[in-house]
Amino acid sequence: MFSDAVATFQPPVCNEVSVRARENVRTATSTADIEITGLSKTFDNSRRVLQDIHFSIPQGQAVALIGHNGSGKSTLLRCCLRLIQPSSGSIVLLGKEIIGLGKAELRDMRAQVGFVFQRHNLVQRLSVLTNVLHGVQARKKGLRTWFQSMAMQEDREEAMAKLQSVGLAHLAGQRVDQLSGGESQRVAIARALMQRPKMVLADEPVASLDPRAGDEVMNLFLRRIKDEGLTLLFVSHNLDHALSYADRIIGLRDGKFELDAPAKSENIESLRELYG
Amino acid sequence: MADHRSTDPGQTVTNCSMPPRFRTPGWKLSLLVVTFIGLICHAFIGTELCSMTVKEIAEMPGNVLHLLQEMVPPSTRGLPKIYKAILETLQMCLVGTVFGVFVSVPLGLLAAKSLSPHKSIYIASRGFVSFCRTVPDLVWAIFFVIIVGLGPLAGTLTLMVDTIGFAGRFFAEAFEEVDSGPQEALSAIGSSNNGTFFSCVLPAAAPSCINTTMFSIERAVQSSVVLGLVGAGGIGMLLEEPMVWQNYREATTVVLTIFIMLVAVEQLNGYLRRQLIGKSG
Repeated sequence: MFSDAVATFQPPVCNEVSVRARENVRTATSTADIEITGLSKTFDNSRRVLQDIHFSIPQGQAVALIGHNGSGKSTLLRCCLRLIQPSSGSIVLLGKEIIGLGKAELRDMRAQVGFVFQRHNLVQRLSVLTNVLHGVQARKKGLRTWFQSMAMQEDREEAMAKLQSVGLAHLAGQRVDQLSGGESQRVAIARALMQRPKMVLADEPVASLDPRAGDEVMNLFLRRIKDEGLTLLFVSHNLDHALSYADRIIGLRDGKFELDAPAKSENIESLRELYG
Repeated sequence: MADHRSTDPGQTVTNCSMPPRFRTPGWKLSLLVVTFIGLICHAFIGTELCSMTVKEIAEMPGNVLHLLQEMVPPSTRGLPKIYKAILETLQMCLVGTVFGVFVSVPLGLLAAKSLSPHKSIYIASRGFVSFCRTVPDLVWAIFFVIIVGLGPLAGTLTLMVDTIGFAGRFFAEAFEEVDSGPQEALSAIGSSNNGTFFSCVLPAAAPSCINTTMFSIERAVQSSVVLGLVGAGGIGMLLEEPMVWQNYREATTVVLTIFIMLVAVEQLNGYLRRQLIGKSG
């Protein structure tokens, strides 16, 4: 199905960056964790948020998705897990086309992908450990995963280990609404790692934090991702973060593919002009 | 059309007119106000407040004084019977509310627009909850007295249905108001609908649900007094007889006991609510 979609490509009339992106898709090997082809999203009010997006990300690569407000970055990320239903195109995650998946298959697919949100999206009234234990639901089913006070001892120990890895084991019993923004985001990272994901998507993971806390969390986040050899696609408003932490940068503008370049590119100044 | 020229801060705006303090009401609002005033006047006449004579009004304080003289001192003759009835009332309230709340949780889930699995299930659940709520307690009590006979079982069933009507609606609203962010996060993890509900929605809605449950108990205790008048058990049954036979001293004892019971339940509820909401994280 994917090769059919690629075969029907029409050469872009826009710019050479788009052409390069499509070439990337064509040359994507079977180790690519994300392959997006011709992805478009139009909301009910006829606003086109994404238009004909193409790119692929090989296993283990960290890719930053950059662009101005309203360029479609978050929508693209959400489309990857069908948290938003794409209007057209193909999304192959971990070798599986997700567009036509049924509910149960989609749940199984989502379970393999960690997702870190800008607003952390933790259950505020519950403890840190309970929130991390939510990640178990990606791997296990049944009553003991719904009620975290009944969680299995091995899961509790693993959750504590994940909290230890993000430096929050000492706050395991604390309620999440008593944490700082940086601590909350670290809990969200621990929850994503608790899934034992094969890849991680992050939507502006440090946007709600001050610069110092943002750098700390980003450092930690990337270290954990690299340690576990995971593929990462993260949205960032911060070009310095994108340049520092990503292997590759993909730029969007007004919902269209604008740029695909290595983070160590010599054209940093032109990148700054576009997105800085 | 007004000319919207840009002006410097502090400069007097000369070309724009200031909006009025109040808008002139349209014909729909005017009609609504006139209708409402008409309804109030009609209701005022219907309650016979207008037809009261000066003589009747003047006699009122005397009547109240006469009644008070007959009510005090309260009789202690039926105290053992009253204690038994109070115990029965509290048992009815507790069982009726607990069962009602247990039924209301899944019903609230089905009646929450954002969580209900299908629109038809949502409409049916909402309809059932509304039906339970809109039919008055006394009607339910009469219905259950006919079905299961006189006594506390009829009262318990009435309180259960009444709790479903009340708690079902508020649970549904509490579930709908839960922040969608954590639900989206669990959905992105691959959690099932049940997992998302029990791990995220229920804990987040817990304070509101506890409040509703506690208030349901208070309502049940208040309702149970009236239910006794139609034979559905509880202390209300003891109130009927002295009132009919104009044995006001005995009625005073029952009324005072009801008052003490209601205040005690309210105070205990307040204490429990503070403890539970403070520690339910």
